[in-house]
Amino acid sequence: MWQFFHKLGSPKWFFGIAARLMPWLLAGGILLLVAGIVWGLAFAPKDYLQGNSYRIIFIHVPTAFLAQSVYVMMAVAAVVTLVWRMKLADVFVKSVAPVGLVLTFLSLFTGAVWGKPTWGTWWVWDARLTSMLILLFLYGGVIALDRAINDEKSAARAVSVLVLVGVVNIPIIQYSVEWWNTLHQPSTFKLTEKPSMPAEMWVPLLLSVLGMYLLFGWLACLRMQTEILLREQRTRWVKDYVLAGRG
Amino acid sequence: MHPIRKKRLTIVLFLLVGLAIAVGLTTYALRQNINLFYDPSQISEGEAPVDVRIRAGGMVEEGSVVRDPDSLMVEFRVTDFNASVPVQYTGILPDLFAEGQGVVAMGRLDNNGRFVADQVLAKHDENYMPPEVADALEKASKGQHKASDSAESVSY
Repeated sequence: MWQFFHKLGSPKWFFGIAARLMPWLLAGGILLLVAGIVWGLAFAPKDYLQGNSYRIIFIHVPTAFLAQSVYVMMAVAAVVTLVWRMKLADVFVKSVAPVGLVLTFLSLFTGAVWGKPTWGTWWVWDARLTSMLILLFLYGGVIALDRAINDEKSAARAVSVLVLVGVVNIPIIQYSVEWWNTLHQPSTFKLTEKPSMPAEMWVPLLLSVLGMYLLFGWLACLRMQTEILLREQRTRWVKDYVLAGRG
Repeated sequence: MHPIRKKRLTIVLFLLVGLAIAVGLTTYALRQNINLFYDPSQISEGEAPVDVRIRAGGMVEEGSVVRDPDSLMVEFRVTDFNASVPVQYTGILPDLFAEGQGVVAMGRLDNNGRFVADQVLAKHDENYMPPEVADALEKASKGQHKASDSAESVSY
């Protein structure tokens, strides 16, 4: 098991694996996401209370879900960076932070667009919305801190500590709707119970969440490959790879 | 595991646990400030300050909505099934506003215990269903009422 773990730390090995995985991730992601969104927007029944405007859930929930889950993955990678000093973990954090930022922004934006017709306001300072805004700033902070430090190793450590400090925010986002009075409704998907919507609504929602995960996987592989090439540009295998005509 | 890595892992875990405790205590201490609104029970127990801009939230009581025919003024009661607070509001209500639905109103509590709102937001829950299902559910619950009513009238 440890051998596999150390192999995973080798950028060259990961580069090859990523190249093999990426077509599958991209195809699966697009397929699931298109299926989920078309089903959700065109064929799922409308809601008894909100009518058609609830359909933004098929975009809002996947982005919000991923925004949090990407941060958790970054936190795991940060622990690996701090404890095992694995280069690849730092490459991951650096590559996916901008993706997380965009996903968080999208979830806040779609949430605001949804909030206007249903609640009657674009924004309200309730615990869920505010903690999600803090997540946006955390992603921004991670990117900025990484850019601010020139030395690769000290940047990796500083960023890891920041990511770990920020991970406290994730359970706050998750449980904000239960711990405090908020305008935002509680989660529709729960880990332990059945979703509080019929199957013809939650199946397309689940498809689009899964599709978003695969698409994120593809994007993460792509960005990590670029970062690996950049960092390993002086090594033999990168030179061979580029000279082989793919660059 | 290598002893140095073990030491680093312990430090990281200590950092996380310490941080979680600190943030947990802070948010617990600030919980009343983090709550978006006061519920009717808190208001009736006098926990909410008078004549300060606050929010009040709860369900619109069934049959309590009274609209002024000459203006946009609306009066209704907000309840949490324990206590209820009268609310007065002038303006356009959100589409989702209805009796039995959740609302969050922003405004001031006057000395008579009435809440004068300048903004009313609708709150919906996490349950979604197709209109036909909602109709069927409503019919079923009405049917039960009727059945129990007729059962009562029979027993009389």
